[in-house]
Amino acid sequence: MRTPGSTAGEPVVDSVLAADHGLTGEEFGGLCDLLGRSPTWTELGIASALYSEHCSYKSSRIHLQRFPTRSRRVVHGPGENAGVVDVGHGWVAVFKMESHNHPSFIEPYQGAATGVGGILRDVFTMGARPIACLDSLRFGEIEGERGARMRHLVDGVVRGIGDYGNCVGIPTVGGETGFHRSYNGNILVNAFALGVCRADRIFTATASGAGNPILYAGSRTGRDGIHGATMASEAFDSESEAKRPTVQVGDPFTEKVLLEASLEAMRSGVVLGVQDMGAAGLTSSCFEMAARGGAGVEIDLDLVPLREASLTPYEIMLSESQERMVFVTQRGQEKAVVEILSRWGLEASRIGRVTDSGRARLTFRGRTVADMPVEPLVDGAPVYDRPAAPPADLRERQQAVACEPPEDPLRALVELLGTPELGDKTWIHRQYDSTVRSNTIVGPGSDAAVLRLKGTPSALALTSDVNPSYCWLDPRTGGRQAVAEAVRNLATVGAEPVGMTNCLNFGSPENPAIAWQLRECIEGMAEACRAFDVPVISGNVSLYNETEGEAVHPTPTVAIVGVIDRLEDVATEGDLHRVLGCGFWRPGDRVVLLGSDRGEYGGSAYQRLLHGVEAGRPPAVDLEAEAALCALLRQSRRAGWLSGCHDLADGGLLVALAECAMARGIGLRAAVGCGPLSLFSEGQARALVTVPASRTEDLLAAAEASEVPAREIGGVGSDRLLLDFDGGTVDSAVHDLRRVWEEALPRAVG
Amino acid sequence: MKCGIVVFPGSNCDHDVYHVLNHVLGQETTFLWHQETSLEGCGLVVLPGGFSYGDYLRAGSMAAHSPIMAAVRRHAEAGGRVLGICNGFQMLLETGLLPGAMRRNRDLRFLSVDVHLRVERDDLLYCSNYRRGDVLRMPVAHAEGNYVDTGEALDELERRGQVVFRYVDAAGQLEPAANLNGSERAIAGICNAGGNVLGLMPHPERCAEEMLGNRDGLGLLAGAVAAGGGRVGALAAAGG
Repeated sequence: MRTPGSTAGEPVVDSVLAADHGLTGEEFGGLCDLLGRSPTWTELGIASALYSEHCSYKSSRIHLQRFPTRSRRVVHGPGENAGVVDVGHGWVAVFKMESHNHPSFIEPYQGAATGVGGILRDVFTMGARPIACLDSLRFGEIEGERGARMRHLVDGVVRGIGDYGNCVGIPTVGGETGFHRSYNGNILVNAFALGVCRADRIFTATASGAGNPILYAGSRTGRDGIHGATMASEAFDSESEAKRPTVQVGDPFTEKVLLEASLEAMRSGVVLGVQDMGAAGLTSSCFEMAARGGAGVEIDLDLVPLREASLTPYEIMLSESQERMVFVTQRGQEKAVVEILSRWGLEASRIGRVTDSGRARLTFRGRTVADMPVEPLVDGAPVYDRPAAPPADLRERQQAVACEPPEDPLRALVELLGTPELGDKTWIHRQYDSTVRSNTIVGPGSDAAVLRLKGTPSALALTSDVNPSYCWLDPRTGGRQAVAEAVRNLATVGAEPVGMTNCLNFGSPENPAIAWQLRECIEGMAEACRAFDVPVISGNVSLYNETEGEAVHPTPTVAIVGVIDRLEDVATEGDLHRVLGCGFWRPGDRVVLLGSDRGEYGGSAYQRLLHGVEAGRPPAVDLEAEAALCALLRQSRRAGWLSGCHDLADGGLLVALAECAMARGIGLRAAVGCGPLSLFSEGQARALVTVPASRTEDLLAAAEASEVPAREIGGVGSDRLLLDFDGGTVDSAVHDLRRVWEEALPRAVG
Repeated sequence: MKCGIVVFPGSNCDHDVYHVLNHVLGQETTFLWHQETSLEGCGLVVLPGGFSYGDYLRAGSMAAHSPIMAAVRRHAEAGGRVLGICNGFQMLLETGLLPGAMRRNRDLRFLSVDVHLRVERDDLLYCSNYRRGDVLRMPVAHAEGNYVDTGEALDELERRGQVVFRYVDAAGQLEPAANLNGSERAIAGICNAGGNVLGLMPHPERCAEEMLGNRDGLGLLAGAVAAGGGRVGALAAAGG
């Protein structure tokens, strides 16, 4: 075998060049030892991509092990393109969430669009048909003169997500959008996709069987996105703008035909393994497929379809051109796949074969340009246990600040509803197709989206959550809260959580305070996952979310999928849509408040948005109380008692009541025996439910039996929100509240 | 009635229409590939929503030149039923089977929202389950649904009674605020002079089941597959 060598014009590889590629001296030394020589230019590029934080999880892997990843439902946990859980009736749900933060900050439209494209490919690569997307977005301050660039980012990201998902025809059914100055220099775009598949038709990204052909399908390879994975593993500085060319460009039409062609090819019976080309492109797909199959690969780079002939091997291996896939088929059967792809107007070429050498050997114009062992590079990538220590100002942060009660709770409510943070998000949702595929029972703007599973009596529910302020004040509690809120959101529609995915967005792990945040958040999430018996089946870590040393708030976005076994238990068909939503709709229904409040304001919307203070301890998360509440909600749903349900979250009780009223313009008359400040407490494990009067007794008895505090506080009706509290009354036309709430975001984005 | 749904690269509402025609209405339903030249004996041909060819040149323009469209044209000209929904409506405009054209929505953004439609004709098979003046609620999801034609052509369209659905408010009144995409004369759907070819931007197939909270669209698809045809002929005479 010839030793790979450099091609004329390629730089000589040394430790300085390696450092430019983000490899430490130690990593470079290890690479040389592994190869028994200096790497070629192409090999250096490959190793730098595989060793990047984005691909190797080198700083987070040690913490990620804390997550529970198994349950009786888990079919594939972390490590595949997406996780797979059994949802009954012979079906599995396949889902994952991934960040596209760095590209979206540099080029919002393409960055966000390709984020959606990437996550959809992760799902259909498993053989599943995508049926829904969620997007969790965090922006900086958008108001005033300073917010001009941020408004441009909001507009670009929303249009990018919409144009891509709408064209492919996958409904975007929910998500969240938050605003905080910590994202001024680094926005977060986390895209989630859910697919479904018959349990016996799952595919994995495995290259196996020496001699089997490797097919390349989809778009041609161009120069876009080269080193995207590496860019996503660095902090921003003043030169990041110059990296716009490293942002990939998406083509949703090609994605759509690639989706249909891939699913059809997988049904043909000759496909053995499939992998999309995402971060680090051909490099990661070849290496990861080979590693999973314990195999090797031989690729002839001359056979890779190119947009321009002048691409070098280095560029071919690191391009992140979108909408590309790799198939491994049975030997001699590749023609069947090529025919299917070409019927869909897609190019497919045989670019190499599987070997049993355990090595990746790449040739170009008759020369070997890389010859590297697969397994040590993929699974043996460096793992760091970074020094972690609480931030120096933690005690100061957590110092409780006296919270002044509002002079006029109604005015405080109106102010909160008028912020982009708590305002209506319809301006965003209506740019996303939320009903295509005709499964959407509950769409955007509710606690959890609900999709029927055609051909079964069941439905899937999905939601995403995180409160970055809580995480910043106390990452352990914040991590617990994100999981607890997501589980609670699913419980409001009666869904049992079956699996979780997450996107962990943090600053630089080389900063001990950030490493501590990461560890603590994960620990808190893992505690909650164990308490609720929710396995983590996939996920993504995005570090180095900082600009000029300013890190984003710790943002471990959680997305959980749940199952409603029998929709007919919850309500009659005609009522499902209203009953599973969170708005009041039937005058005369009784309103019951579940859970108890301890008056907690640290990190609350009231404190943050009205008083400009972010301090103290976030609301405590009592996992037992949460579990009891969620069990009660699911029991009540199964019994068909509830006509609506909404959990208490950002803003507290008064905001939650207003949201229920504004949804359909129907108010309530209620009385709570607490003071005006408590109306804005964000105490956890609470929810509002509505029940027909005839079911109130059943509900209260069940609550007592499960030791969940429950109090009937009033009834649904009229066009006013009328709430007596200790010391006064909140009284407003629902219409007036709704106007303020609806105008908040359109006004802010101009 | 045997129904055929044409699948173009980029169609994404094909499965949804199939579901309603086959599973809800119990009709024999098949997919027709855009490169075929036969309609396989289908009585109703549906051009579904989506982004055929990515809508890259202009919505529906490339699909209008697909091999199967010659067969669809012959079918339409012989009085056969052709229903174009959203992107399918755009294709009907591009082929000239229906008059007019589409611009980008008034505010230049994709629009995914429930709208109200007023039924302007109840003497069409497609509308046989509605009465004139009925107000229906249906979702729209499009970026190019802003219907346009010359004033003269619009007058002619109105005179011949080819406007089938208009965007209205919940009370059935014409309101500029209810015409979200900015269509001329609030036009949401039109038919040809014969009444056998119908195009509309809203999606009846997404609101045809109780479970999804809205069945207003079922009547349209049920009408499209209903037996009969006499009234269609009568209509052409009245319009002419």
